[in-house]
Amino acid sequence: MSTYLLCLVLFCVGLYGLLRKRNLVKMIVGLAIMGYSLNLFFVLLGYRLHGRAPIDAPDQVIENMVDPLPQAVVLTSIVIGLGIMALLISLAIRIYEKHGTLDITKINKLKG
Amino acid sequence: MLRTNIIPLFVIIPLLSAFLISLLGKYLKRQFIYTVSNISCFLLLCFSLYGLNMLRNTGSNILVYKIGGWAPPFGICLVFDGLASFMLVVVNLIAFFVNIYSLGYIEKYTDKPKYFTLFFLMLTGMNGLIITGDLFNLYIFLEVASLASYALVAFGTDSEDLEASFKYAIMGSLASLFIFLGIAILYGFTSTLNMADMARIITEKTGSRLIPFVSVLFIVGFGTKAALMPFHAWLPDAHPAAPASISALLSGVLIKTLGIYALSRILFNVIGITSGISAILVFLGSLSMLVGVLLAFSQTDLKRLLAYSSISQVGYIILGIGLATPLGIFGGLFHLFNHSAIKSLLFLNAGAIDYAAGTRDLRQMSGLKEKMPVTANTSLVASLSVAGIPPFAGFFSKLVIILACIQKGYFGYAFIAVVSSIITLATFMKMQKFAFLGKLNEKYNNLQEVPRAMKFSMVALAVICVCGGLILLPGLNFFLSDAANVLLEGSRYAMKVFEAAK
Repeated sequence: MSTYLLCLVLFCVGLYGLLRKRNLVKMIVGLAIMGYSLNLFFVLLGYRLHGRAPIDAPDQVIENMVDPLPQAVVLTSIVIGLGIMALLISLAIRIYEKHGTLDITKINKLKG
Repeated sequence: MLRTNIIPLFVIIPLLSAFLISLLGKYLKRQFIYTVSNISCFLLLCFSLYGLNMLRNTGSNILVYKIGGWAPPFGICLVFDGLASFMLVVVNLIAFFVNIYSLGYIEKYTDKPKYFTLFFLMLTGMNGLIITGDLFNLYIFLEVASLASYALVAFGTDSEDLEASFKYAIMGSLASLFIFLGIAILYGFTSTLNMADMARIITEKTGSRLIPFVSVLFIVGFGTKAALMPFHAWLPDAHPAAPASISALLSGVLIKTLGIYALSRILFNVIGITSGISAILVFLGSLSMLVGVLLAFSQTDLKRLLAYSSISQVGYIILGIGLATPLGIFGGLFHLFNHSAIKSLLFLNAGAIDYAAGTRDLRQMSGLKEKMPVTANTSLVASLSVAGIPPFAGFFSKLVIILACIQKGYFGYAFIAVVSSIITLATFMKMQKFAFLGKLNEKYNNLQEVPRAMKFSMVALAVICVCGGLILLPGLNFFLSDAANVLLEGSRYAMKVFEAAK
């Protein structure tokens, strides 16, 4: 249970970074931390205490194994996260070229 | 050849064309890119119509494709049922016309191969999301479509485009994280990722307090993708910033596929809708309906006005589907179809004005009807249709939704729907007056009507706006009623998938 709570703390750290920081790069870092906290949460869902990898071999008896599916899923999710990070950072670089600043309060041509 | 073999083609064709274009587009002539994109959009449209027909001829109205031959609870399966085939027809129909429009419109931009690559990646994501029967697969396709759309919003690389895209990407990724958390919790609860198997287990394990929590996570996540009212802030920036053809695709189909379709599929078929969730959807729908159109009325930027109006129209669809009655779902899906044609057409019109006159500011346009008759007339058709004037398609779908509200006893919501419709009329009359009527501004004396490809798409979509009401006729309404039935049968979806996969 405490590990799940730590995931929640990590999620909140990321959320704080996303909401409170004015620097675009710090916002991106906040988003990344949130993503990692959820990946961690998903992997922990499949963890069993003293479990081992579910590799089946003729001479082995597996008594307690971790769930392999969340690991495969999280691997995919990390790759997707990487794609989003790359896009966001390249956007931030282009914004810096146009505005000369990364401060979100100075980039306000749109009023949403 | 097995009939189910056409199902994966909806993902394969756009993915293949995306990579063909991105790999070869630089070295070959521009004509090559155009040919590939035309052929693949045409094939997709044909297959989706053929699939609709094929589905009618199967007894159970559902087809399942097992990837790699693994049966449902273990492998990933693609589920092609009434709702999926309805959405595929909507997406591929709009994509077909937007593609033709792009051939003329894209002359403004420099890097054509990248545009078409991203266009097809977005289409891959949407088609894949519609046909998949696996919850995590749905998330992946959602991300593919979202990533392509973030990049397309920034395609012009002006400072506004970049800012809008950054905002959209941050909010969109946050929404995706909520969806991912929802999927993680559902996996922890049911130990499966297959949607049919999940639905079966959830109906067996009743009474858990996790399910309402997950429903709310999905409403926040998919609601952001669909731009429901409290989560809408990205849309009025992102849709105007994109190239007009892409705005048409974003407003016309992307928010509906990623938001409304995915939300209703999960809420109705997997989790099972409760009266509380239904009440939340109806409330959020009415809120976006009213506030969206009020905000639209005060805009002077044409595309921004259309973007706010999209929020309002999405509200109608969510209101209809959220009622969870047969008539409400029918009306919601009918409005989804009509609005995808109407709003695509309006964005294409805005793009045509931008292309010819070089402005999006309503105050600078005047009397464009004289110089651009095709654009003006198609835009009038779409405006009247979205405002719900009788012979046009938009009238019938709004009428069905309002009748469904009254049938369920929600007189207040029905009243809000009527009021929003009246304000929509005022908004679009204002738009018509500023843009097309009145005296021609002198600087536009040498204005030319847009190229033929763009005209063709606008006229074709206008025909759909006029004739959309014909879907209600007895011979044709299977198109909608089959889709509505899928949502109505709820978690019996699971049983049907397992039977079809045997």
